[in-house]
Amino acid sequence: MALLEARGVTKIFGQLAALGGVDFTVEEKQIHGLIGPNGSGKSTLLKCIAGAELPTGGTIRFSGRDITLAPPAERARVGLSLKFQLTSVMPPLSVYDNVLLALQARTSLPGLVFSRTRGVLHDRVMGLLEEFRLLERAKAPAAILSHGQQQWLEITMAVAREPTLLLLDEPTAGMSLEERRATGELLRPLKRSCAMVIVEHDLDFIREICDVLTVLDQGRVLDSGTVEHIQKSAKVQEVYLTRV
Amino acid sequence: MIGKAVGAARAAAPTRAFPRASMIPVLEVCLLVIFAGLPIVLKDFWVVFVTRVLILTLLSLSFDLVWGFAGIMSFGQALFFGAAGYGVALVARDLGIRAIWVVLPLALVIGLLLSFLLACFVLLGRHPPSIIFVALGTLTCSYAGDRLARGWYYLGGQNGIPSIPLMTAGSYELGEGVAYYYLALVTVVGAYLVCRFLVRSQFGLALAGIRIQEARMAFFGYKVQTLKAIVFSVAGAIAGLAGGLYAFHEGFVWPNMLGVVLSTQIVLYALFGGVGTLIGAVIGVVVIEIVSFVLADNYQTVWPILLGVLLLLVILFRPGGLISLVVPERERIGAFGAVSGRRKHVGGEAVDGTA
Repeated sequence: MALLEARGVTKIFGQLAALGGVDFTVEEKQIHGLIGPNGSGKSTLLKCIAGAELPTGGTIRFSGRDITLAPPAERARVGLSLKFQLTSVMPPLSVYDNVLLALQARTSLPGLVFSRTRGVLHDRVMGLLEEFRLLERAKAPAAILSHGQQQWLEITMAVAREPTLLLLDEPTAGMSLEERRATGELLRPLKRSCAMVIVEHDLDFIREICDVLTVLDQGRVLDSGTVEHIQKSAKVQEVYLTRV
Repeated sequence: MIGKAVGAARAAAPTRAFPRASMIPVLEVCLLVIFAGLPIVLKDFWVVFVTRVLILTLLSLSFDLVWGFAGIMSFGQALFFGAAGYGVALVARDLGIRAIWVVLPLALVIGLLLSFLLACFVLLGRHPPSIIFVALGTLTCSYAGDRLARGWYYLGGQNGIPSIPLMTAGSYELGEGVAYYYLALVTVVGAYLVCRFLVRSQFGLALAGIRIQEARMAFFGYKVQTLKAIVFSVAGAIAGLAGGLYAFHEGFVWPNMLGVVLSTQIVLYALFGGVGTLIGAVIGVVVIEIVSFVLADNYQTVWPILLGVLLLLVILFRPGGLISLVVPERERIGAFGAVSGRRKHVGGEAVDGTA
């Protein structure tokens, strides 16, 4: 059984069909790239999976459970985690508190009120900050981090909850070449613990990190397969040569 | 070796969000000492005046808790204050129950239940409500409460309920004066400590997240609206407690206690002092009430205009309120989940685990 199965997902905004019946499958511990020209529906599909948008039609199943209409919090509790396209860290809070905020989401209400998990989660926060190269900035407000570091913090927060499926919307947007390379290094080891869906415009990055690619065009799946298969696909080349 | 290096790096890394708070505790202690000593130096009239100010600080605290920490714009705190005041006044008038052990917990419960009921309608809907919806919803309920009390004969209509019997503690009757002052002070300190504990806990961190990026919090798995309803109800309980104290202190209740004017006044108290620190809300009430009294005493006709200009100037030039004059922004943002006094050992090195 696939980890994520989206069948015939449609999303209509007024007169515009952003998704026109998309089938999309992600296997466990697979890094699945979602690419396509601007407006092809990549981010909309990701939002439908995460719960930021509700699909107009179709079904989405995660670990065998129908989550098509589930609210985002419920999806998060069953193992889905999203990194937004625009960084949505908490700028006034310290980097440490940003990560703690993500980690403590599973703590019960009495646990939160009496700060029962603060001590337990401390080591985990420090470990994550170290893993994502943010340890030196632990006490700094997230607002003063560079754009690249904010992206890393956002990824750290998404990873902190130990999801089984991590959804990353343009994780390298606005990053320098060096930062992109470092982001690839940070993400690759995560494959051991969770599957990922990555929406990205940087095709070199996608080629390096993904196992499988799905190409969207005008709200429909144009092609899907391994990186080699997509690289040789005539349909994909046509779209990219004529419209990208 | 790598493990040792990691341990050292972790130990060296600061775990505290920001430098240890310094100004807020100083202000808290100073105000507590001043309030504790005031009855010794004040005449009876002033003791009554400051008791009223203390009770209003409870209301201001309740607003700061919902707006300053959870980002819920409530224009309805007076509803819980007034409803609890009316509740205990009726119990004292019709049932003759006025024991402090009954009436104050009753006031708290009335505030708690009413605010929870309102939260169910305003906050716990299918879709997350907007700030405007919550502000208008609570404002409307406050207005409706005022109109209901004015038109209901059983509640005394426009005149409210006069001559409420004195609250009792055993055989002792608690009327206006030093005893009531200290009762109010102990209640304010107790409520303040509860709020302080809450907002500095991991629960407070969750509230901060909701205030800053509410939409993001749901994607972490937080039940955002439930957390908001809880903090709204706690604040309602504090407002209710204030209403109970106020009713017995003044000896009467009237529809204005429920209405829009008082609800708005509470917002101004907190904004003037500075939201999101608790102590700012207290300072706001103290300064506005003292300045209002002095202005009204010296400029009988134009004092509201002078007060309005003063409020406007502070809000224009000091959006952080008076507290921002002495407390840096970092400290106002707060620290969370303190593991009081304990030190952790990570990688063989002692690390301060407090936030």
